[in-house]
Amino acid sequence: MASEGGATAYIVHHLTNEAVGEGFWTVHLDTLFFSWVLGAVFILFFKSVAEKATAGTPGLAQNFAEMLVEFVDTQVKDSFHGRSDLIAPLALTIFCWVFLWNSMDLLPIDLLPTISDLIGMSYMRDVPSTDLNSTLALSISVFFLIFFYSIKVKGFWGFAKEMTCTPFGPKLMPFNLLLKTVEELAKPISLGLRLFGNLYAGELVFILIALLPPLIQPLLGFPWAVFHILVITLQAFIFMVLTIVYLSLACEDH
Amino acid sequence: MSINATLIGQMITFTLLVWFTMKYVWPPIMAALEERKTKIAEGLAAAEKGQESIKLAEKKAVGVIKEAKEQSAEIIASAHKRANDLIEESKAQAQKETERLLEAARAQIEQERLQARESLRKDVSTLALRAAEQILKEEIDKAKHQELLSRTAKQLG
Repeated sequence: MASEGGATAYIVHHLTNEAVGEGFWTVHLDTLFFSWVLGAVFILFFKSVAEKATAGTPGLAQNFAEMLVEFVDTQVKDSFHGRSDLIAPLALTIFCWVFLWNSMDLLPIDLLPTISDLIGMSYMRDVPSTDLNSTLALSISVFFLIFFYSIKVKGFWGFAKEMTCTPFGPKLMPFNLLLKTVEELAKPISLGLRLFGNLYAGELVFILIALLPPLIQPLLGFPWAVFHILVITLQAFIFMVLTIVYLSLACEDH
Repeated sequence: MSINATLIGQMITFTLLVWFTMKYVWPPIMAALEERKTKIAEGLAAAEKGQESIKLAEKKAVGVIKEAKEQSAEIIASAHKRANDLIEESKAQAQKETERLLEAARAQIEQERLQARESLRKDVSTLALRAAEQILKEEIDKAKHQELLSRTAKQLG
């Protein structure tokens, strides 16, 4: 596969998004497309289950959906002690959507780019979570929710007090504010970068394996793919759990 | 690797997905789960109740059977007694009847005997009279010896 322009060109080609627009107003079409498709898969599956949900003996699809729902619900109940109709569905959406994003990584690295070549697109990145825009979009949304819940639960002055008077008391107000701001900003950034970093690295390793001689590829590709099954699940799980934890921290009054 | 408008697009998609999940996915599935939970709990409670009532019914049945056995034994005993009584009664009645019949027979026999004796006495006296008449045709005066004859007849009876 490293025929046109050598290994570097191959790697760069694989790490470039199909985009339109200029500057900030660039839009990664491949990222958006696969996110929407996977989002639709998630929504359609759960919607069809929810419509037919019965308290009697569940079918295969309902069983699977219920397993996920109960799994997420347990996680939420373990960490989040307030009452909220948003947190649990949010966590379910994050877990499923991120997992579907990540699972695209298990498709053969050249499958979708080759197909997109045939329909005349020059670039194709099929794993939305290897696009920093996707992961940061999630983590910044979560950041807004943290902000929203902090003010909702503690009130504006309560939130302001927490930002300025902890952890060192009112005398060190500017220092506190700086520290807390960094702390709050670190949450979305670390959340988004962790997912991005893990999946980007995984993708890169797949690309590098694809550059090896064909006979050695399965020897390395297979173990890495098996390991990656764990990674993609774990990263989706971590993103979900940290979201729940951050939101429960935001809702806790000190 | 640049941050750009894709981020905004992804945020909008994310918001829509979360909204949809919150509105149309989570509540019905949770409701179904809750309903099943209650159903199972109810079923278990009903099963326990049923088992208890079976136990109760068994106990009751044992009591009823025992009572029935006692009653039947009582009935049999009283029937035996009644039968014995009947036998005794009929025996006594039969005895009485026999005695009565015997008595009647005896009385009749006595009566008949008396009648026979009376008629015999009459006949004998007549016969004796006739015989005496035959023998003593000539010299016997009927009126004169009447008293003697009847005394004889009395001695015969």
